[in-house]
Amino acid sequence: MKHTISVIVENKPGVLARIAGLFSARGYNIASLAVSETLDPTISCMTMVVEAEDEKILEQIKKQLNKLIDVIRITDFTKKEHAERELILVKVNCPSKERARLENLLKKYMAKIIQHRESICIIEAVGQQHQIKQLLEALTQFGIEELIRTGKIAMA
Amino acid sequence: MSGAEILLECLKREGVDVIFGYPGGSVLPIFDKLYDAPIRFILTRHEQGAAHAADGYARATGKVGVCLATSGPGATNLTTGIANAYMDSIPMVAITGQVKTFLIGNDAFQEADITGVTRSITKHNYLVKDIKDLTRIIREAFHIASTGRPGPVLIDIPVDIQQQDTDFIWIKEVDIRGYKPTYFGHPGQIKKAAKLISGSQKPIIYAGGGIITSGAYNEVRQLAEKINAPVTWTLMGIGSFPATHKLALGMLGMHGTAYANHAIMESDLIIAIGARFDDRVTGRLDNFAPYAKIIHIDIDPSSISKNVKVDVPIVGDARNILAELLEEIKKIPDTSAWLKTVEAWKQKYPLAYKEGDKIKPQYVMEQIDAVTRGEAIITTEVGQNQMWAAQWYKYRYPRTFISSGGLGTMGFGFPAAMGAKVGCPEKIVFDIAGDGSIQMNIQELATCVCNKINVKVAILNNGYLGMVRQWQELFYKKRYSYTRMSSPDFVKLAESYGAVGIRATKKEEVHPAIEKAIAIDNTVFIDFQIEPEENVFPMVPAGEAINRMIGGMA
Repeated sequence: MKHTISVIVENKPGVLARIAGLFSARGYNIASLAVSETLDPTISCMTMVVEAEDEKILEQIKKQLNKLIDVIRITDFTKKEHAERELILVKVNCPSKERARLENLLKKYMAKIIQHRESICIIEAVGQQHQIKQLLEALTQFGIEELIRTGKIAMA
Repeated sequence: MSGAEILLECLKREGVDVIFGYPGGSVLPIFDKLYDAPIRFILTRHEQGAAHAADGYARATGKVGVCLATSGPGATNLTTGIANAYMDSIPMVAITGQVKTFLIGNDAFQEADITGVTRSITKHNYLVKDIKDLTRIIREAFHIASTGRPGPVLIDIPVDIQQQDTDFIWIKEVDIRGYKPTYFGHPGQIKKAAKLISGSQKPIIYAGGGIITSGAYNEVRQLAEKINAPVTWTLMGIGSFPATHKLALGMLGMHGTAYANHAIMESDLIIAIGARFDDRVTGRLDNFAPYAKIIHIDIDPSSISKNVKVDVPIVGDARNILAELLEEIKKIPDTSAWLKTVEAWKQKYPLAYKEGDKIKPQYVMEQIDAVTRGEAIITTEVGQNQMWAAQWYKYRYPRTFISSGGLGTMGFGFPAAMGAKVGCPEKIVFDIAGDGSIQMNIQELATCVCNKINVKVAILNNGYLGMVRQWQELFYKKRYSYTRMSSPDFVKLAESYGAVGIRATKKEEVHPAIEKAIAIDNTVFIDFQIEPEENVFPMVPAGEAINRMIGGMA
């Protein structure tokens, strides 16, 4: 089961390495990771989606993270009401005669074409996990060449 | 002041009076200042020896152990010692030199990414990039190493920073926003624990190393005596409760006493204090203590509910929590029937060994106990020597048994004994070694003799890598694959370093050899030629429940 946690950390070199090391050393899997500075430049926020088969493992993950000196606070969004977003860029096959059909499809999601050349379009989309999943499924009919995701961020 | 001067001034203010280490190019500025500094420096013969010595010093005294090495291979030679301290939660600060700041990442001479290498084996580590951070980093390092659940902290200082100058500004208070350990237990949880204790009939106290770190020796004894509960301990908890006490059950687990293992399996309440339910203790987890409720007192929340389900977790310092728990317990449980059952097990399944033609290692330990009357500090190597030392000496006080529990590092005992003797010069310090282990840091003989650190080493010489040979005998049809070992003449070897060597080949030579070694004002190696295929019993085979012991009289 996937859990979303955000970890507030000291904005110092090595912190990311320490957290990644903790996960790899104990065999926990990070499904996605988004990191950047917060309003306070000495503090960064890392939003992670982790795979954990049961509550016990997730509890251990949170406790091990809390042990780290550079970790200031952890928030587990999984059971809380929260706003979540992810941004993706998708490269799709789209000959000019298909453009109109593609644009119609994109209107249903928060998505738009940001670059195009010949029969390739690069699409930008922002949304919740399930919306992005639906968009990607819908785009398969055009043919997805490449996909890049930022990973989920969340706020309660 | 220069970076090197700031370092030494900070160490002095942190109360450091000895550093173990080895010089090199990247620490020349520090060594220049050490030359006339009031801090004692002990030059070891390998950086691993320095790390283990700092560790042994910390375990014997309760202070933070400090070791110092140069960059590159000097730093990497410390890693086993650092990992060892990490696994056993020992307060240590390791200082390493590093190449000049502008050469970092350039594959420079004697460069190693030691902060990267030690990230997963330190409680925390630092690379000093700006001399203005140096004082704060040293203060933080000592604070982190010695508080909460202690652990090793590494500080990597580039050589140009050691040479730069800046104003020295001491930092009085250390405040780290991401590090705030809990020291006092939750009152509601303590009340719950007290109630469980009052309602139990077969309580047992499971005492770990955390009691020694916390200094809760008196409180544990008061608790055991108040509620009339027997006490068993882990390897790290040896010395947390007097082995001569009538409620003492000895060590539990893979090579624990049979009666301790039966007791924990049959108990209805386990009071775990400063212990972590390690696999050496629990055996098969799904079978462990099936009838017991568990109260778990520990300063590290991640240790609680990690392996076993806990009914009453209490996070905090053991000494504080036990003091409050003692006040909270109003009704004393009636454990008289339980104590009778436990006593019957003690009579039926005592620790035992058979006499033989050759010297028995258990007899050697008994004689060391008899001669030193429980007043010595015993360090051990790893394997059979370690288990016999844990089983056959009656430890009465904390900080008298020093052993590599979590990492199980062969070669730890001799340099650790050196560190312990430096910290407690008036005590007799004995390293119990095997012929394999003693060869791993044998070079520290030079350090001991040179600095007059008079350590006694009892080599239980059986010509084998004993513990591995035992497993090969029991589980691999006696296929002794590469466990037969040759050794040098330990007596001649000790003498070549300026120490004294004694050999004992018969039982009647054991006691006199020990007395003679203690009387000699020098480091002494005693080569005890013991029964080659003696095994450690009882034994819980890996993956078994801990009441399914083999061997001995269990």
